[in-house]
Amino acid sequence: MENIIKYHIKNVKKGDHAAFEEIVSFYQNKVYHIVYRMVGDSHEAQDIAQEAFIRAYTNIHSFDENRKFSTWLYRIATNLSIDRLRKKKPDFHLDAEVKGTEGLDMYSQLAADQALPEQEVESMELQSYIHKEILSLPPKYRSVIVLRFLDDLSLAEIGEILDLPLGTVKTRIHRGRELLRKKLRHV
Amino acid sequence: MNCEESLALMHLYLDGDASEEEAQQLREHLKSCPDCNQHYRELKQTESLLSGAAYELSAPAGFTASVMANLPKEKKRVGYMRWFRAHPVITAAAVFFLFMFTSIISAWNSDGSVSVSKQEGLIVENDLVIVPEDVTVKGDLVVKNGDLDIRGKVDGDVTIISGDLIDDPGAKVNMASADNITGEYQEIDRIFGWTWYHIKEIFTF
Repeated sequence: MENIIKYHIKNVKKGDHAAFEEIVSFYQNKVYHIVYRMVGDSHEAQDIAQEAFIRAYTNIHSFDENRKFSTWLYRIATNLSIDRLRKKKPDFHLDAEVKGTEGLDMYSQLAADQALPEQEVESMELQSYIHKEILSLPPKYRSVIVLRFLDDLSLAEIGEILDLPLGTVKTRIHRGRELLRKKLRHV
Repeated sequence: MNCEESLALMHLYLDGDASEEEAQQLREHLKSCPDCNQHYRELKQTESLLSGAAYELSAPAGFTASVMANLPKEKKRVGYMRWFRAHPVITAAAVFFLFMFTSIISAWNSDGSVSVSKQEGLIVENDLVIVPEDVTVKGDLVVKNGDLDIRGKVDGDVTIISGDLIDDPGAKVNMASADNITGEYQEIDRIFGWTWYHIKEIFTF
């Protein structure tokens, strides 16, 4: 598959629109998935996913063909999502680290076990409940969790996509997993 | 193993980073510690819920078409840039020739005063260069922006740029003194000839 993608990219660099169409149709679901999990709203997700592909197209010459295209593309998509989240960010944000603590943010100051009332959980479809809980994570944990369960990405690749050292990726996954454990254990 | 170590190991294990030995230690601890066991079950459940939720979401219908329709129309300039990038050798050659021609043309325009390639034994009067009767110029001679009067001899090629070869001052006769030149004689008056002369100069090195 990688080879077919490489071949298409060579043609895109030569200005071949049809080759880019192949790329979009191959990656559209994955890119949409990442963005939707990050921003939560389907309209916004479609908008950002489209922007990600357009950016990839206009910057295709800066893509190094020796690297993995998916990594590069997902990086564009996650960066755009994070930018969008920042723009919507309220002045006071729970994601801000608490002064004098290492890696602790305001979320950890909240009571962790604010489980939804039983019937509410039941009435909500399981998938949308999980989606909502992923969205409730601070973006820095959300991004690693979303990428980890998509497309068999290795932790090293996740680090490359998010421009983070491997150690940080692992810490965030552990932390994200713990946060979700508290939210999902009542399911 | 205490519970803190066990917790760290759970995450290593779920990441697939735990060794066989560590996994064994973890299993031993989980058997003996109900709290850790519970914690591990919850993590495991979280993992499976998340991987269940990771089934690929589908992009909305018509997504690809929408992206393709919204691609920026390629600007002409971008098109040129792409062409330049794709043909670096031709681009380099074009830039080289552009610079060469502009420098040659500016040299043509800027230099109005008479100049001569060698001065030894030559007399320069206003815009007339004279090779005196008793002088033999060894080597090639180039006169620019002036006339040349050869009364002696030139042992080499003669090139006159924007000027004439004169037998008698006052009577301009082209090619008249060719007898006194052992090498080739050429006169260049037009800018094309001037350019061609430069190109030949460059390539005969």
